[in-house]
Amino acid sequence: MSVLHRPNETLPRRERIVLNLYAITGLVVLILMMLGGAAMRMAQGTWIELPPDLFYQIMTAHGAAMVGIAGLTSSAVMWYFLRQYVRLSTGIFLANYLLFMLGAVLILGSIFILHYGGAWTFLYPLPVKSNGMWSVNAAAGYMLGLIAIGVGFLLFYLDATLAILRVYGNLGRALGLQWLFSGDIDKSHPPTVVASTMVIIANSLGTLCGAVVLVLCLVNAYVPAFELNALLTKNMIYFFGHVFINASIYMGVIAVYELLPRYSGRPWGVSRPFLWAWAASTVMVIIVYPHHLLMDFVMPPWMLVMGQIISFTSGLPVLAVTAYGALTNVHRSGIRWTMPAKLLLLSMFGWAAGVIPAIIDAVISVNSVMHNTLWVPGHFHFYLLLGLWPMLFGFMYHVIRVRADEPDSAVDRVGFPVYLVGGLVFAGMLLAAGQASVPRRWAVHLPEWLPYAPAASIGAVMLILATILFALRIGNGLLRAPGVGNAVGAAH
Amino acid sequence: MTTQDVVWRITLIAILLIAAAFLYVVARSGVPAEYKEVQKKAYGIRRWFFWVLVLLGIGTAYATLVRFPIPDQHGGSAGAQVVNAVGRQWSWELSADRFTVGVPVEFRVTASDVNHGFGIYDRRNRLIAQTQAMPGFTNRLVHTFAESGKYRVLCLEYCGLVHHNMVTEFEVTAVPQGAKS
Repeated sequence: MSVLHRPNETLPRRERIVLNLYAITGLVVLILMMLGGAAMRMAQGTWIELPPDLFYQIMTAHGAAMVGIAGLTSSAVMWYFLRQYVRLSTGIFLANYLLFMLGAVLILGSIFILHYGGAWTFLYPLPVKSNGMWSVNAAAGYMLGLIAIGVGFLLFYLDATLAILRVYGNLGRALGLQWLFSGDIDKSHPPTVVASTMVIIANSLGTLCGAVVLVLCLVNAYVPAFELNALLTKNMIYFFGHVFINASIYMGVIAVYELLPRYSGRPWGVSRPFLWAWAASTVMVIIVYPHHLLMDFVMPPWMLVMGQIISFTSGLPVLAVTAYGALTNVHRSGIRWTMPAKLLLLSMFGWAAGVIPAIIDAVISVNSVMHNTLWVPGHFHFYLLLGLWPMLFGFMYHVIRVRADEPDSAVDRVGFPVYLVGGLVFAGMLLAAGQASVPRRWAVHLPEWLPYAPAASIGAVMLILATILFALRIGNGLLRAPGVGNAVGAAH
Repeated sequence: MTTQDVVWRITLIAILLIAAAFLYVVARSGVPAEYKEVQKKAYGIRRWFFWVLVLLGIGTAYATLVRFPIPDQHGGSAGAQVVNAVGRQWSWELSADRFTVGVPVEFRVTASDVNHGFGIYDRRNRLIAQTQAMPGFTNRLVHTFAESGKYRVLCLEYCGLVHHNMVTEFEVTAVPQGAKS
């Protein structure tokens, strides 16, 4: 039998409060932004009326908040497990949260009070060239908000870096690079440390790059003579955005490595393929971002070729190592399918299946007829809704679970299939609309595009209802008895 | 069959295969077996799976890149119809709006204010080609139209609150313009 809750996972009161802040904020923001997303799809389907300016403001808030909250909630997973191997500062972790909230206030204020609607991508020079639709101060407020959030994450990564260095000496040893080619692998080397190290390397670079380009844009906003290169800033923005959202998934997957083995009753330690996968992913997540710029023909051709090829190779660790490893771990294990186990395995499906349309879209000749259609939000909604968030829900369900034999509630038994079907319908309709060439980020849809949005809206409503059910269960559990169990043995 | 149709089918098949693998494992999860045996068999299959994916990747990369799909940005197209396309909030300015079937058209695409996306849609509302329109840069898009009729250019890069109205049209005819009269 395996222990579901380790003794060192029982959090002291202060840590418990901070974890609760992260988890509950994550759920509340997720639901609010889902409502915004559903409103946009309903408006495109003419179920409701949204003036275009409000549509684009909601779109801006939805994009920024969904990326941000995915990062914030995932960082709680990394913090929760990494602190069991290295000494992390709760104060820094709280500072990350407070800076995130400060950033959120600035961003939401700039959007809904000052009417900023330049999309989360703040592509230079749109924030300062709105054609009179919003002020430079509104754009600056938005960018300052992003900077505040970035500083919080950098503090968290810096703390994690120092903590890892104190235990493992250098980041290469923490990644397990010493075992790539030979040597007896220390099977007790935690996958959490490997994944966390990869995240702090990649996302420190990503977030730093984001901070630099934001500061440059801010200077340009008030000193227009300080002109920027539109192509260079686009490269920097997509590097930052790509790495940040992928790092969120890599932080979230720590929950799968840590928890799925406990529910299956089988170990899932490091191996040479595992270490190769993470070492390669560390490099690939940094150099793959040009696949966002395949339609910028003036980019150096070698970068576009790299974007296509690395997009494919990036899928190999996901498909052949992590998802395959999860299936192997569960196959004929006698696992009991309670909510954490169900959600964690669903997350593996969502991630593995969601990368397929992403990889295909990164083929340059495909991208020329799919880029910036709804195919793009189709694939990232697939692996965020059915990949990342089930990782995070699974983690939260685990934390609130006191007894191993605690059966799923009726609410959970309804919520899980509703979420799954809703996610498939919603992401599937985005993909279907993408293959029909419906452009993304259009407030008003042509009559021939209409069938997709109402169908997606039905999926969105199902997702929202299921997420509310999850949030009520998790919120109640977190406030009542968070992670205090000593429960044993889910399998066998 | 369009590229989009092929992509849609490949995506559906791949996702269904992945779903089938997951459903199989879930269905068999209640029949316990020794983990070592499961691992031995699974890792044997994985070796094949990995190399199949690698070969698939190499084949796809070769087939799709051997003829680089983006035109040389510093070259010219002999005999092409050249048109300058400028995007600005929120309209397109084309230096010509009538082209001939079967003759390459070279679109020199740029923007005068912010980033835009130059997406060409055929009469069935299918996206057939695109490039970015960016201030300070000119992207050279070369396309040979196979069918006559009206085509539309839609903005595919979010460019502000009237982005969705940034549409223009051009016409492609079967015989060269001027040959009719």
